[in-house]
Amino acid sequence: MDDLLADFLTETAESLSELDTALVRLERAPDDQATLALIFRLVHTIKGTCGFLGLTRLEKVAHAAENVLGRFRDGTLVPTPEAITVVLAAIDRIKLILAGLEATEAEPLGDDSALIADLNAVMEGRGPATAETGQDSQAATPVPEPLPEEPAPARGSRTGASATLSERMEQAQPKGEAAQAGEQVAASESAPTAESAVAAQTIRVSVEVLEHLMTLVSELVLARNQLLQLARLQENSPFAVPLQRLSHITSDLQEGVMKTRMQPIGNAWNKLPRLVRDLARETGKKIELVMLGADTELDRQVLEFIKDPLTHMVRNSADHGLEKPEERRAAGKPETGRITLNAYHEGGHIIIEVSDDGRGLNTRRIAEKAVALGLATEAEVAALSEQAIQQFIFRPGFSTAAQVTAVSGRGVGMDVVKTNIEKIGGTIDLRSREGVGTTITIKIPLTLAIVSALIVEAAGERFAIPQISVVELVRAGGRSETRIERIDRTPVLRLRDSLLPLVRLSALLHLDSAADVFESEAFVVVTKVGAQSFGLIVDRVFDTEEIVVKPVAPILRDITLFSGNTILGDGSVIMILDPNGIARAVGLAATGSAERTAVAEARSEGSTEGGSTTLLLFRAGGTEPKAVPLGLVARLEEIENDRIERSGDRLLVQYRGQLMPLVPLSGSLDDTGFGRRPVLVFSDRGRSVGLAVDEILDVVEDRIDVQLLSDRPGIIGSAVIAGRATEVIDTAYWLRLAFDDWFRHGAANEADRRPRLLVVDDSAFFRQMVAPVLTAAGYEVTTVETAEAALRLRDQGRMFDAVISDIEMPGLDGFAFARAVRGSPAWAHLPLIALTGRVSEADLARGREAGFTDYIAKFDREALIAGIGQALAAQTAVEAH
Amino acid sequence: MATLELSRQRPAASSTAPRSTAVSDDTRDVFVTLTLGGQLCGIPVLVVRDVLGPQMITRIPLAPREVAGSLNLRGRIVTAIDLHSRLGLDRSDWRNAMSVVVEHQGELYSLLVDQVGEVLYLNPELWEDNPPTLEAKWRALSRGVFRLSGQLVVVLDVAAILAI
Repeated sequence: MDDLLADFLTETAESLSELDTALVRLERAPDDQATLALIFRLVHTIKGTCGFLGLTRLEKVAHAAENVLGRFRDGTLVPTPEAITVVLAAIDRIKLILAGLEATEAEPLGDDSALIADLNAVMEGRGPATAETGQDSQAATPVPEPLPEEPAPARGSRTGASATLSERMEQAQPKGEAAQAGEQVAASESAPTAESAVAAQTIRVSVEVLEHLMTLVSELVLARNQLLQLARLQENSPFAVPLQRLSHITSDLQEGVMKTRMQPIGNAWNKLPRLVRDLARETGKKIELVMLGADTELDRQVLEFIKDPLTHMVRNSADHGLEKPEERRAAGKPETGRITLNAYHEGGHIIIEVSDDGRGLNTRRIAEKAVALGLATEAEVAALSEQAIQQFIFRPGFSTAAQVTAVSGRGVGMDVVKTNIEKIGGTIDLRSREGVGTTITIKIPLTLAIVSALIVEAAGERFAIPQISVVELVRAGGRSETRIERIDRTPVLRLRDSLLPLVRLSALLHLDSAADVFESEAFVVVTKVGAQSFGLIVDRVFDTEEIVVKPVAPILRDITLFSGNTILGDGSVIMILDPNGIARAVGLAATGSAERTAVAEARSEGSTEGGSTTLLLFRAGGTEPKAVPLGLVARLEEIENDRIERSGDRLLVQYRGQLMPLVPLSGSLDDTGFGRRPVLVFSDRGRSVGLAVDEILDVVEDRIDVQLLSDRPGIIGSAVIAGRATEVIDTAYWLRLAFDDWFRHGAANEADRRPRLLVVDDSAFFRQMVAPVLTAAGYEVTTVETAEAALRLRDQGRMFDAVISDIEMPGLDGFAFARAVRGSPAWAHLPLIALTGRVSEADLARGREAGFTDYIAKFDREALIAGIGQALAAQTAVEAH
Repeated sequence: MATLELSRQRPAASSTAPRSTAVSDDTRDVFVTLTLGGQLCGIPVLVVRDVLGPQMITRIPLAPREVAGSLNLRGRIVTAIDLHSRLGLDRSDWRNAMSVVVEHQGELYSLLVDQVGEVLYLNPELWEDNPPTLEAKWRALSRGVFRLSGQLVVVLDVAAILAI
């Protein structure tokens, strides 16, 4: 059977038995809100799951039942016994369909229209169309199902259902139904238990029981170890043999208990690609699901708890978070929306991030809804921060979706997610920026988690390093060939073709004050955090051990170098090092927040698919189209001409409560004849500038390949875009007209001229990526594809302030190019910066010899900008002398 | 009353203080006494979970000075607090220290002391507030004093001590 289906059946069987009792309870106490909420969630979950499994019959029944329950919950309908009877009938129908599903893996045929009509009638406040719901549906369905008129206990009704199913199957068999189905039915007949066969294959054990078992096993191990130690002191002890046996059994038991609990989180994600695919189809969106850290091991029970919340969140992202392709294109984003799942261990916790690059939360609407629901007064809301307002979505019954769809939007969801996460002692955090996306971060304590760890010693103390971040072990010093070298006082290690930064663990932990000496033998634990590798110098390395991570005491939480502590097999307590914390402590971590990356991505250049850029085409003075990368534009607005005000020689407009300078791109504000004027709004660090244009023409995907450079200010040059010669505008120039200090770099340099950079790279993708980055950083950028083309520019007499070149290129490579540049007087003095994927000692030397001023890692945006700044500053200093 | 289970390492009562013969129903007035640099102190018996002899303590680098380290108490990790340095006394050699394990907000802490005395009922009538001239650190970490005949018992404020 399909895994998905089997899981669904197991889950639903559990939910249904819970539902029966809850409904009966509700009948007795119609205003029990907790029970109502529980029932509603259970039915909602069933509906949600069968929706994406393609079980339409089931979904329809559940949807109709959910509608009734929704009215109960809102208090607009009183749960009368009649109404409850109809809902119970629906539950029984669901069970019947499930029984059929289990036997044949397909929904049994049948007509539920009468039942659904009854449910709808109840929902609308009328009584059921037929007094005898059971009788009616019996007639409508080919399955003779004796529906209980009184709410019956689950067991009785289920026996009835499976019996009638068998009958039906027997009838069906002679008509040529699959023989296999018949066998399954026969099997279920021979074991006429009421329990679902699939449900019986697994037993669910509560987290508490397993937690308790784990503690007991840990203590058993400790006791065993002590006994072994005692036995070792006595020769020929009669206990030796039984003790050995006890020892083995204990080890097996420990392993077994641990095994029952661990699973990679990817197991919980299995269903998501399909879910996302189906949702994408249903909603007409393009969605890409990125899953990172799928092998992060997670306690199985924790996994169970987060499975549903994760599904909910992904569904929310796909349904509400991401926009339709047209909207995305208009907003300057790639058409394909992205949902990213990321799981990792951090600081004694497991972090799971669900982020999307969609429209983000509409804070204003949330605030309005919160006021409407009476969760807060308007004055209170006004005083809340954006983030505080966003937290309202975790309240029960809160949904801002204008429409109740089959997918979501009923206001169950985020509160269920939060409840489930908090049940296991986790926390949930939400960050959202309108237009940029939403990131939900779930933090689950590691109390339940077991990790494999390497035990090391530094300055006489032992520490555990999670194996997951250990790449390799290197023995250095002593008789080993590898030596730890120093640059100034910083230890480094040559590891194959790169230099590995080293950190002395004992120094990091302030365990010894002795000067850094490396004469004696030491071990380097090569550790990887994200993309960054570093080596930890330790004195000794012991074995790896499976450890149960326990969080540290609250008074030690501030020490970010530890992710937890644990008790080793010998009974001693040991601290667990957190490689993330260490990387941060020594300033190696280069990871920004997901949100920042999203902003950067959205801003950098729209789409980078296939090396092309999303470009906004417009007209401003003259008839020829002009283009700007859409990614740089924050918003497109139309502003009435009479809203434009003048202050001195500047044009201003009141925009979102601020005065926004308006720069007419064509030089003056000619009346467009429409009374309104399209404005491209650029935003950065809370400031906005509007660029007034004449007409917005189109949004196209194309490559910017500037073929004719312009000497007019504000225009980079001309390129063929969408088949027409188009002027690519120099955004930075225009922005600086509004705010002189728009770019810090621009302000730092000569006011009248921006430094000109020549970028030589054969990769179109990279040129497209780096050019806007540098432009935005205040440089005038020219890109060429080959070193030969660059040299031609030189021979034409073009001048630049710095040249940035790739190393590996077809034709002349970077080294040859550098020698050529240095060999001819025109550019000989220019700073020449090498961009490369790898920086090895040999490469560095070779580059310097060829004439490069500096080496910068290729995809490090910050380093690139900083490096260029330095090179130019050095150049200016040289020239000043 | 006084059902506190003291471990076997508990020394024979050497204190000259009155024995806990006067049994009261109110456990709030029952204290575990201990000595710290010669001073007799008391901790409310209600928060005490265990009394331990010298233990193997794992150092915790970068931890506050008052944290001696952590130890394993039957599978639970307990943070050891050096009361000597917490109260501004000379740092003790905690290899020989005894400890009183207390529970605070669901966590266990082991307070390292010189000697653990006994479980005493202390008559509330003998209670007095801290003398205002008491050294600031002691004043902040103790709640008051019992005037016993011949000796003063300083009642330690566990919550304040653990607010490191």
